Amino acid sequence: MSVPFYVSPEQIMKDKADFARKGIARGRSVVVAQYADGVVFVAENPSKALHKISEIYDRIGFAAVGKYNEFENLRVAGIRLADMRGYSYDRTDVTVRSLANAYAQTLGSIFTETAKPFEVEIVVAEVGADEAGDQLYRLTFDGSVADEHGFVAMGGSAEAIAGALSAAWAPGQDLATSLRQAVHALGEHGTEEARELPASDLEVAILDRTRPRRAFRRIEGAELEALLA
Amino acid sequence: MTAQFPPSYRALGSPSFADFLASIGGPTPVNTVGSVEAPHGTTIVALCFDGGVVMAGDRRATMGNVIAQRDVQKVFEADSHSVVGIAGTAGIAVELVRLFQVELEHYEKIEGTSLSLDGKANRLSTLLRGNLGMAMQGLAVVPLFAGYDDDADRGRIFSYDVTGGRYEEHDYYAVGSGSSFARGSLKKLFHFDATAEQSVRVALEALYDAADDDSATSGPDLTRRIFPVVAVVRPEGVQMIEEDALAQAAEDMLAERMRRPGGPWAQVGGDLA
Repeated sequence: MSVPFYVSPEQIMKDKADFARKGIARGRSVVVAQYADGVVFVAENPSKALHKISEIYDRIGFAAVGKYNEFENLRVAGIRLADMRGYSYDRTDVTVRSLANAYAQTLGSIFTETAKPFEVEIVVAEVGADEAGDQLYRLTFDGSVADEHGFVAMGGSAEAIAGALSAAWAPGQDLATSLRQAVHALGEHGTEEARELPASDLEVAILDRTRPRRAFRRIEGAELEALLA
Repeated sequence: MTAQFPPSYRALGSPSFADFLASIGGPTPVNTVGSVEAPHGTTIVALCFDGGVVMAGDRRATMGNVIAQRDVQKVFEADSHSVVGIAGTAGIAVELVRLFQVELEHYEKIEGTSLSLDGKANRLSTLLRGNLGMAMQGLAVVPLFAGYDDDADRGRIFSYDVTGGRYEEHDYYAVGSGSSFARGSLKKLFHFDATAEQSVRVALEALYDAADDDSATSGPDLTRRIFPVVAVVRPEGVQMIEEDALAQAAEDMLAERMRRPGGPWAQVGGDLA
């Protein structure tokens, strides 16, 4: 009779975490940063169809890195949760905090209960009435939540990108400044060698607090070129 | 409060919010025996012009011979490029519009692109059909849907029956208790080459003519500053006409009606002399 091979829980968790980290590190990075009138999402993403950035609700946006099918599943669940809550109660009752909580619980249980953890990292952001009212939550593959301020970088070279942004980013700066800093940091530290990222390789969207109701808007084409110039 | 997403939220499904709602056992229409008296919304008009479409609705809700509400809103922005107006049982109609608005936005967010105008019109048809049981008990809703069709490059109007039947209307249409009077008015005043401003005025004239002959439709209420709700849909999107502009248009119209209570005189052949 064979004795089942014993693996300690610590080892199982570590292996799962290493697996998830490796998966996430293979993809291109994403930056989410605050600016005076809102929050800007910047992803290095040459695809025009497979989005890494999405609208969730009136004042809430979503960005992800990692495996597309996995974060797409979470994105759709988030939209369903938000629309369901807004329809059942009121539009003002949809908050990013409850959404972040649902993501955290879901990612946490997938991490502990299934053999393969999700290889994703997510940011959900909500714009408030002013910069101090903005909320940014970063969720990792094991369900940990971090309440972030200013900017967040996700993906393989997140640390290097965050390092570059912490030297540059300041509260109250305009959209073009936040956007250029994010694009520069992604180009400089996103891969081994520094590159200049063209607008066509970027997916950019904003949550603009000055817009009534739906704050989310994509920035593309000539408008993006002009902001980067 | 919230734990993780229930399995249905992460299940593969259609991009339809109404289908999702049904799949998780959301509220479904109840069929009861007997009848209730509930506020009833009245007249909605819509007309196309070169460059878009205008929709307008009066503000009255009635319950039998009583005016239930003077300032009810019956024309709504469905999404950025379409509007929906409702006649019939007000409570159910407003709820239908709310669901329709979420339905369109939900699709847009999940798919990353808007439904076609025909797609939107068909979705409204399906939602309406869900209310058939209630309609048979007298709680009917009759919407009017209009929007700008980017593919066809023009404004389009869709009418519905209580069973969800969908019909495209050409040039202009009206629904609700005063609709036959409004349609008669629109027939004489509609002109495709009119400007948006002129078309707004035509919509106000048609509602006035409906109110003139139908007790359930209200005219502009100058004493309380209550005017019809008017929306204009152009390629750039939906514009709800502001109260000041409506007040001005309504006052101009009433000033002319002081001289000719029947409204504008349509040109016919031959001289009057």
